[in-house]
Amino acid sequence: MHLIDLTLVLIMLANLALLGSSRLAACIQLSAAQGILLSLLPLAAGEHGSKAGILLLAFTVFVLKGLVFPALLARTLRMAHVRHEVVPIIGYAASLTTGVVILCLSFWFASRLTLPHPAASPLVLPWALATTLIGLFLIVSRKTALMQVIGYLVLENGIYIFGITLAQDEPFLVEMGILLDVFVAVFIMGIAIFHISREFDHIEVDQLTSLKD
Amino acid sequence: MDASAIIPSVLTVVLAPLLVGVINRTKAIAGGRNGQPLLQVYYDLRKLLGKGAVYSRTTTWVFRAGPMASLAGVLLAATLVPFGPCNALIAFDGDLILLAYLLGFGRLCTVLAALDTGSPFEGMGANREVLFSALAEPALLLGLAAIARETHMLSLTEMHLKLSTGEWATSGLTLALVAVALLIVFLAENSRIPVDDPNTHLELTMIHEVMVLDHGGPDFAFIMYGAALKLWVLGALVTGLVLPAGTGMAALDLGITLGGMLALAILVGLIESTMARLRMMRVPQLLVGATALSGLALVLRFGGL
Repeated sequence: MHLIDLTLVLIMLANLALLGSSRLAACIQLSAAQGILLSLLPLAAGEHGSKAGILLLAFTVFVLKGLVFPALLARTLRMAHVRHEVVPIIGYAASLTTGVVILCLSFWFASRLTLPHPAASPLVLPWALATTLIGLFLIVSRKTALMQVIGYLVLENGIYIFGITLAQDEPFLVEMGILLDVFVAVFIMGIAIFHISREFDHIEVDQLTSLKD
Repeated sequence: MDASAIIPSVLTVVLAPLLVGVINRTKAIAGGRNGQPLLQVYYDLRKLLGKGAVYSRTTTWVFRAGPMASLAGVLLAATLVPFGPCNALIAFDGDLILLAYLLGFGRLCTVLAALDTGSPFEGMGANREVLFSALAEPALLLGLAAIARETHMLSLTEMHLKLSTGEWATSGLTLALVAVALLIVFLAENSRIPVDDPNTHLELTMIHEVMVLDHGGPDFAFIMYGAALKLWVLGALVTGLVLPAGTGMAALDLGITLGGMLALAILVGLIESTMARLRMMRVPQLLVGATALSGLALVLRFGGL
């Protein structure tokens, strides 16, 4: 058993926990934990690129996904004075089942894709697909706007897993650029959610269609 | 079949009530009490067996057959589970499915007896018991399937022989996931705290205990003993997975496994002392979570890890 497999399984457990938990604060902590695990991934996979580049990337991911994003989201949650619940459209048990189904489908799908060069672990490809899809599922199945930001982060984490362990020739700058984009997106979404909550007294997206004067 | 195959069955039959005693003692000590004697369950069983039984006129033979049939199911299940260095009394390919459904048969008998009384509370308890066990079953079967896939064996005894500390070193991840899932199943199936509270006396919140309210005397003794046996059987399954006995010396392995059972009972006692039971709504979530863990373990096996 390799370190990378352990990290990937823990990332998937964080995904499943996100699908099953009902508190926004817990979800933010879970996404932080997932971010920290993700920062370990380039170190665990680490056979490509320069040592310094990998370390810098791991450090940046750790700071952004493990510390900054959760802090931004927690600050938004604190300032918005809204219900601290996820408000699911699809129940938690059904969400968990969907997560497992997504995982199985990803395995089937990944087995049909051929890679230019072998991945660091046989789990990487299915895991990247499953994490992306679970992020997407979180976005569509939760009403709270904050949860949709977390879903967006999970989705991006899936893309990151794909990038870091498969595209070995991907330049360091591209990763950094993506991280900057995500950072700006989370920052803006945090501000937007705060304004939504101040304007509407809630952050449930299905009610945003009703007009208010 | 060698003579040692009788050992796990004898141990189960003799020691099962002691496990309940250890759990109760752990809870008592954690709560700052002295607690009942370790052998209290044996005393209770003797007392109950000496009593006569009272049957309501509204009940039929189903009510009387329930406790006996369910005890028989669990006793038969006990012959399928290996213990430490000893093989199970009965072993054949696919006996893991028989184990799951013998436990299910025992539950079905209890549920039918509960429904036979016509009491609304017992019907409610039966409803919950069946719902939760229906959710626990995929977790158990998927978990066992993951181990079967891991060891390439289909019989509990052979799986148990194949599992060793070496297996934990190479694919400990899968086994750890299955172990956690089986622990949750163990707690749910035995009506232990995150799912059900064995000490509650409020009918509205009871699950397993409410179904047996109308049984008395020897029938209730059968039910208590059956519950203790079930605790032991599922406990032996979990212990066998977590502590694969592999030192080669039979006596030492047996001691390790017995120690593992003791540790499991203490762990259950500690869980019960530190956790509140979950809201009824949250229980399915816990059990589906266990199924997800088992499913993840199985997927990992198929993923070629």
